[in-house]
Amino acid sequence: MKNNDFEIRKRRSSTNIALGLILAIFVILIFSVTIVKLSNGDKMQAYDHVLRPEMLTDE
Amino acid sequence: MLSKSETDYPSADLSDFFELMKPRVMRLVIFTTVVGMVASQEFIHPVIAIASVIFIGLGAGAAGALNMWWDSDIDSVMARTDKRPIPSGKVKPEDALYFGLFLSVLSVMMLGLIANFLAAFILGFTIWFYIFIYSIWLKRLTPQNIVIGGAAGAFPPIIGWVTTSGNIGLGSILMFLLIFIWTPPHFWALSLFSHADYHRANVPMLNVTHGKPHTRLQILLYTLALILISVGISFSNLGGIFYFISALILNGYLFYLAVRVYFQNEQLSLGLNMKYEKKLFLFSISYLFVLFGMIFLEALIDRFQIASLNFQLTNIFFG
Repeated sequence: MKNNDFEIRKRRSSTNIALGLILAIFVILIFSVTIVKLSNGDKMQAYDHVLRPEMLTDE
Repeated sequence: MLSKSETDYPSADLSDFFELMKPRVMRLVIFTTVVGMVASQEFIHPVIAIASVIFIGLGAGAAGALNMWWDSDIDSVMARTDKRPIPSGKVKPEDALYFGLFLSVLSVMMLGLIANFLAAFILGFTIWFYIFIYSIWLKRLTPQNIVIGGAAGAFPPIIGWVTTSGNIGLGSILMFLLIFIWTPPHFWALSLFSHADYHRANVPMLNVTHGKPHTRLQILLYTLALILISVGISFSNLGGIFYFISALILNGYLFYLAVRVYFQNEQLSLGLNMKYEKKLFLFSISYLFVLFGMIFLEALIDRFQIASLNFQLTNIFFG
């Protein structure tokens, strides 16, 4: 029984490490996308029903 | 000491959840999505493109997980699928359901934020179509299940195209048609040599409801339609000389196999151990892969020629 518990805990530990890596990749991905979008001039603030001068285009 | 619920499914780990996502289907989805993106001839930042492909792939995985959750009763009685994570007891059905739902919401939401909302809508629609229209409604009801349900597998190039261009172009519809018409003969060839499986699982595949001779005829007819579409694409913006030559060779062999399958009878095909049915099934995978590879190649050549033409024009006008 103890051996079985040990085996399960060991497997769970490697699963946790893999999950941590997946989360880290997710964070890096979102960060990279954000940097690219902001570099391309995407709006940093969403429309909140109040007109702000910075939302106006040059036209 | 671990609780009982923790030891009930002792072997569930990440690789089992990865299996739930049908990695082979996911691979084909990712491939056709990338071809759709490149064929649209619209440029987006590589980071945006990679992130979009990842979430479209996750969307396909979500659909796979939800399908395995719904079909676990069928999977457990079919030799082809009884090793899947749910029937083999590695993953709890409800875990597969929550996993699929979570991935569906995540992938659609992220694709909307990263690329555009039309692409996200089509991804969401595809997942919905695969689960509700194909898996839940049609699969156990009609032998037309894979004809209509095949549309779910045909959407990825459209999603890829819309991700880069923001609209649905003629080229993406042609790629949709190519996969849509390819699906029935591909799966009917599989069902011919997995006949006992589908019969036992009570899935109304065409060979179960209408018999094998009728299925062989339908394979031949759909193959003819597929030849028309795939050769026809040569003369659209997607095609070119490399695509055209490949299409002729591939269609020639596909037609030969479809005719051989059509002229088999029960005794003959059993004597040959379903040789031609298996060949047709396996070859149809390479067929689609190579044709999409050629569309990819032609798109790259087009882009290269445009770049080279621009370079020449720049040299003429600006020295």
